Amino acid sequence: MSETRTELLHDVTLRVNGVPRTASVPARRLLSDFLRHDVGLTGTHVGCEHGVCGACTVLVDGAPMRACLMFAVSARGHEITTVEGLGDAPDARPCATGEPMNPVQQAFTECHGLQCGYCTPGFLTTITAYLQENPHPTEGEAREAISGNLCRCTGYQNIVKSVLRAAEIRDERAGNHDDEGAGA
Amino acid sequence: MTTQMFGAPIKRREDPRLVTGNGRYLDDLGQGALEAAFVRSPHAHARIVDIDVADAVDVDGVIAIYTHEDLPGKVGEPLPLLIPHPTLTHPRTGYALAKDEVNHVGEPVVMVIARDRYLAEDACQRIRVTYDTLPVVVGVDTARAAEALVHEDAPGNIAAHMVQEVGDVEAAMAGAPHTLSLDLAVERSACMPMEGKGVLARWDAEDGRLRIHSSTQTTTGVRAAVAAKLDLPLDRVDCIAPDVGGGFGVKIMHPWPEEVLVPWAARLLGHEVKWTEDRREHFISSAHERAQLQEVQVGFDDDGRLLALDVKFWHDNGAYTPYGIIVPIITSTQLLGPYKPGTYRCEFWSLYTNTVLVTPYRGAGRPQGCYAMERTMDAIAAYLGIDRAEVRSRNFIQPEEMPYDHGLLFQDGRPLKYDSGDFPASLAKLKDLVGWDDFADYRARAEAEGRRVGIGIGCYVEGTGVGPYEGGHVQVESSGRVNVATGLTTQGQGHQTVFAQIVAQELGVRIEDVHVTTGDTRKMGYAVGTFASRAAVMSGNAIALAARSVRAKALRIAGEALEVSPADLEIVDGVVRVAGSPSTSIDLSTVAVLSNPLRYAFDDAARAATQFAGTFDPDKPPVAADDEPGLEGKDFYSPTQATFANGMHAAIVETDPVTAEITILRYCVIHDCGKMINPMIVEGQVHGGVAQGVGGALYERMVYDDSGQLLNASFMDFLMPYASEVPHIETDHLETPSPLNSLGLKGAGEAGCIPVTAVIASAIEDAEGFPITSMPISPVELWELRLRHADGVATSPTPRKEPAR
Repeated sequence: MSETRTELLHDVTLRVNGVPRTASVPARRLLSDFLRHDVGLTGTHVGCEHGVCGACTVLVDGAPMRACLMFAVSARGHEITTVEGLGDAPDARPCATGEPMNPVQQAFTECHGLQCGYCTPGFLTTITAYLQENPHPTEGEAREAISGNLCRCTGYQNIVKSVLRAAEIRDERAGNHDDEGAGA
Repeated sequence: MTTQMFGAPIKRREDPRLVTGNGRYLDDLGQGALEAAFVRSPHAHARIVDIDVADAVDVDGVIAIYTHEDLPGKVGEPLPLLIPHPTLTHPRTGYALAKDEVNHVGEPVVMVIARDRYLAEDACQRIRVTYDTLPVVVGVDTARAAEALVHEDAPGNIAAHMVQEVGDVEAAMAGAPHTLSLDLAVERSACMPMEGKGVLARWDAEDGRLRIHSSTQTTTGVRAAVAAKLDLPLDRVDCIAPDVGGGFGVKIMHPWPEEVLVPWAARLLGHEVKWTEDRREHFISSAHERAQLQEVQVGFDDDGRLLALDVKFWHDNGAYTPYGIIVPIITSTQLLGPYKPGTYRCEFWSLYTNTVLVTPYRGAGRPQGCYAMERTMDAIAAYLGIDRAEVRSRNFIQPEEMPYDHGLLFQDGRPLKYDSGDFPASLAKLKDLVGWDDFADYRARAEAEGRRVGIGIGCYVEGTGVGPYEGGHVQVESSGRVNVATGLTTQGQGHQTVFAQIVAQELGVRIEDVHVTTGDTRKMGYAVGTFASRAAVMSGNAIALAARSVRAKALRIAGEALEVSPADLEIVDGVVRVAGSPSTSIDLSTVAVLSNPLRYAFDDAARAATQFAGTFDPDKPPVAADDEPGLEGKDFYSPTQATFANGMHAAIVETDPVTAEITILRYCVIHDCGKMINPMIVEGQVHGGVAQGVGGALYERMVYDDSGQLLNASFMDFLMPYASEVPHIETDHLETPSPLNSLGLKGAGEAGCIPVTAVIASAIEDAEGFPITSMPISPVELWELRLRHADGVATSPTPRKEPAR
């Protein structure tokens, strides 16, 4: 059997970082590939494609999900937030070089929470959602919160520190919305 | 003086880009590219009988399918032997696509190019390859037995056999009051960067140029190898490393088959082609490391001082040896650590197996060497009933003995000669940090609570910053922007920050004005690569030299403009001024304008350099005979030998008396990499290294079955540590400057992971009271060891007397 088969395509529209994004994709198109290659938001990274490393974590209606374990067609009707959208948060502030950063992004730059940066977007989305649930974690809770994501560079110590620092920055910014945020 | 930049914990300049999703990794590029997928061997050892692609050619979106017989000329010849060595008597390298025979599961056999990766993989599934399977060699024991051969013309499965000896080991051993023997084993692990490999190539037919992006640790290496394979002038090939999601060694190996095939196909098809490695491919077709069996015989006196050290080990090099025998050479030399061995002989055999090839992984043979040496130190201490730290201390090379020449040849073909280090001071700091002398009390309290704890120690010396050279280029634009280029690559080490710190310090400019490019052959064509903890030492010093030459030129031009002696000038925050009289000054940006005599004024600032501006001496040519236009400088750093960093680690572990679960309660590091450019980044490197070391000590192993199938080729089954497995790491530093370079630098990249396996083995042994000789160790293995020792079945290789508790 050597027939040429053309795949059935589906028009998929997702709201990504508040913007409707449409592409015609096959049913098997992973959400991670849709975001990266159909929409061009390459900040979401793919580390294992079997849901273990967490690098591709995005927020689906605010909850962390592995974009490599979800089909784009299954995400229809949901709000997706990627790392590119974290700076749109109300408590984001421009850093010294101008990029708007939410408290978690800011904390990672202050605490050396990243090295190669490949796993980082998955940590940022995961921690952003976590701090909504638990805004004042202990160090042990912070470590637990990130223990579903793999990082090969940092040994996690400065990521734990970043979680705790992000909680502080959230409080600082909640207390003073006009605060321009600490420069990098 | 400009704000102190060198030595300051400056926040990373790359981070705002990386935390906002604006990094550009390999698969983020080439969005319109065709994509490659590979049919890889499912067998560990087989002859290829037939390849049937008929069912695949009609798959929608398939552009091309290639097998070995499609590869022309050098593309179809064996891949290069990168590092030949006289003792590597039977080197073997693979082909870009397998020719006739496969030697490990995962070896590429067919390449499919399609409109996207999904379609390329669809086609791969419809390609049928018929194999005749051959006997399989897995593991050092089987390779050594040589009942089957990986390569028919490599007898005994021996790729290399090497012996180095200093002094008369046999005589010293015979005369030694005490001798011990140890049989030791270390299993396979792998670098496992979060981003796999990847390559994107574009052939520009109009310019006749090939542009390669590769997730590599050496763009100059890839460029030269691909140009040679494709018979292109070097001048027509550019190679760029974009953001790279971790390397740890696996990406210094090159050219990978895909790095040859993808550029070849892009040129042939006249279209961009990309390949992005998936995780399973990374497990079965990138490199592994670590596996060795070791036999140590040691002779020592009543005080525990080494008289003779005789080491034999068998190193699993996998199916091919493209990277030579660098890893076992490093094991055999760096095994000595901070100690004087009395006399030393090391003999190793590098053996073929039908498994993924072995090339350096962070530490590169040192973790195994450190493990052999440190297990030996613990065995001596146990035998003599002397404190383990004390035995080490008695064998240390003393600071006044530096430089210390071991009389061996190191991995760079140069003498193994330590430049500096203060091992007694490091040990004193470590004992303080971990509370070594108070541990007996801690153990007693824990025992009273029914808990079992142990303390372990490990010391290492790491040759870092090996040559041959790196270069630096520094250029000041007339806007004041400072462009810095070096050819080696970056995989998360913060080079955009640390190299900018060096330039800011040396040149006297604001760090915000410094912009660093690494790993782009268009900016710096001469470079070696990022490995062997060499980037800071090599490129750091090259960039410092280049910055100094720019500074000298700037002072000369400014001196002429201000009519003062250059010796009276300083540069602060990008302004050249008279020291002590800062109002007499000129901006460095203006100096840059004056450095380049112009005919045409492209902006207001440029007017000062034009021919009627009255800024020149009519009796001199616009550019002096020995000068060049522009405020820029280029220099190279090429040292006579490596710098030697060192460190000492200690850990306290708890082993559950019932379940044998192993928990690291404390992990302490004393680290000496000479002067630190950025202590925050050095700490980060240490943390990451220790985490990888913990993985190698307790969790990670490559589980091959007898038929050569890798049974745990996924993150579900290969247990890389999460945050829940890595302890909090306590660090302290010693800064013993290297006398070999003006910045006093030694390398730091690999350090953290080197002694961890040795330290954890030492601590578990201390907790359990019986020898630990095979690593990594799982709770199940520890539990079984307990049973065997309880039954008296296990024989201790080291007659053990309990040390003072």
